[in-house]
Amino acid sequence: MAEQLNKVFIDVAVDEPAAGDAALAAKLEEVCPVNIFKGTPSGVEIVEENLDECVLCRLCIEAAPAGTVHVKKLYDGSELT
Amino acid sequence: MRFYEYEARRIVELAGIPVTKYGFCTSAEQARAAAEEIGGPVVVKSQVLSGGRMKAGGVKFADTPEEAAAHAEAILQLEINDQMPRGVLVDPKAEVKQEYYASVVWDGTAKRPLMLFSDMGGIDIEEVAETHPDHVGRGHLTNLFPIPDFEAKQTIAATGVSGSQLNRATPILARLARLFREYDMTLAEINPLAELTDGSFVALDAHMEMENEAVGRQKQLLRTQLEIAEEDTRETYEPSDFERHVAAIDAADHRGVIQGKDHGFTGNLGLVIGAGGGSLTLTDAVRSQGGKPANYSEIGGNPSVAKACGLAKEVLEKDGVEKIAVMMSIVSNTRVDIVARGVIKACLELGKDPGETIAIFRIPGAWEDEGFKILERYGVEYCDRSVSLWEAAGRAVAKVQGAAG
Repeated sequence: MAEQLNKVFIDVAVDEPAAGDAALAAKLEEVCPVNIFKGTPSGVEIVEENLDECVLCRLCIEAAPAGTVHVKKLYDGSELT
Repeated sequence: MRFYEYEARRIVELAGIPVTKYGFCTSAEQARAAAEEIGGPVVVKSQVLSGGRMKAGGVKFADTPEEAAAHAEAILQLEINDQMPRGVLVDPKAEVKQEYYASVVWDGTAKRPLMLFSDMGGIDIEEVAETHPDHVGRGHLTNLFPIPDFEAKQTIAATGVSGSQLNRATPILARLARLFREYDMTLAEINPLAELTDGSFVALDAHMEMENEAVGRQKQLLRTQLEIAEEDTRETYEPSDFERHVAAIDAADHRGVIQGKDHGFTGNLGLVIGAGGGSLTLTDAVRSQGGKPANYSEIGGNPSVAKACGLAKEVLEKDGVEKIAVMMSIVSNTRVDIVARGVIKACLELGKDPGETIAIFRIPGAWEDEGFKILERYGVEYCDRSVSLWEAAGRAVAKVQGAAG
């Protein structure tokens, strides 16, 4: 069985202290259509196996305080703003 | 979905069309009992989803119940076109005065059901249409309104049938048309429709095919009335590992749709293709240009990266596949960048160079600019809508043949 590769095309990061905000984490989990975020009591977790499913919808960027969520396109080095 | 003759007979019967007394039997003893109940000479017919039964020895006549049992015993062990029979149908050997033909088919060009009737039954309708076109009546139906008997009557009368024959055949063709619509059939055929010596009309043989997509909403007929199990899909062959794996990948993820078939394909060019009839066109285009497809596939409905990746991996892992061609007609719903990610990921996960492995990527449409960035990053040859499906297929064939040579 071939190994599943993650984070080939897309990487997502949430800056501190926003990453530790449980309410924001729940919101990110709710808005992401491809389940990249998982809300926990201690903040947000990134679900690595779903990163490449990102559809570049920007809903997470709009849901979070400006500049705290970073969606990077690894194939051209650009970042969604 | 195809039906065995005994099931088709039951469907006809449910529609109120007269049939002769018959028995579906799975043993010689049942065949004997059925022949006894029918009384008189009978015909014993193999129940396989295949033509050529008579030629293969799957249809035999018997004058006594003992003879019927002996024939059933032999026929039940007789393989016809790689199929073992589901059972045998025991039918009376009817005293036929004249044989007719009645059917309703889906006319894909007119996009309407078409009634066909001929006073020359018992033989292929195609043959009659060619040699005696004036003996074939045709009548299109609408799906918007109830089907009146007079439309069936006009179709039959066009063949010159009149009088009591016309009056007796009319409700049969009308009921056939109604069952065609009610049960989502693509074909409902009675051949022969027999006029017996007493003047009555009965369906001696019937052939039914249901639209596959309708199986889900025809559960009452399929499961309750015909007792067809859900897993009885009526495929003419056992699905391959490739086909089963692709179906499992599709079922596991609701996003988009993928299908894969490889029955009869042994080529070296894997196909990840789809969109609005694109799969058939592209498979033909590859073959017409001397290419050898390793499979047939369909991808669409905006699949996830994982689904596109899963299909591409299955294709790439098939024996003999050297390269894959990823081609679709113009997409609006499916996203080019998502499919690009999927097929490139499949290559990477299998340790293959996408630039070497993907012979051509020709999917123009939604998010193509983003897709092209991804393809450029991995050195995959791609083209936009200015390159036709035919030309893209030709490029893929040239590449895989170059690699093979």
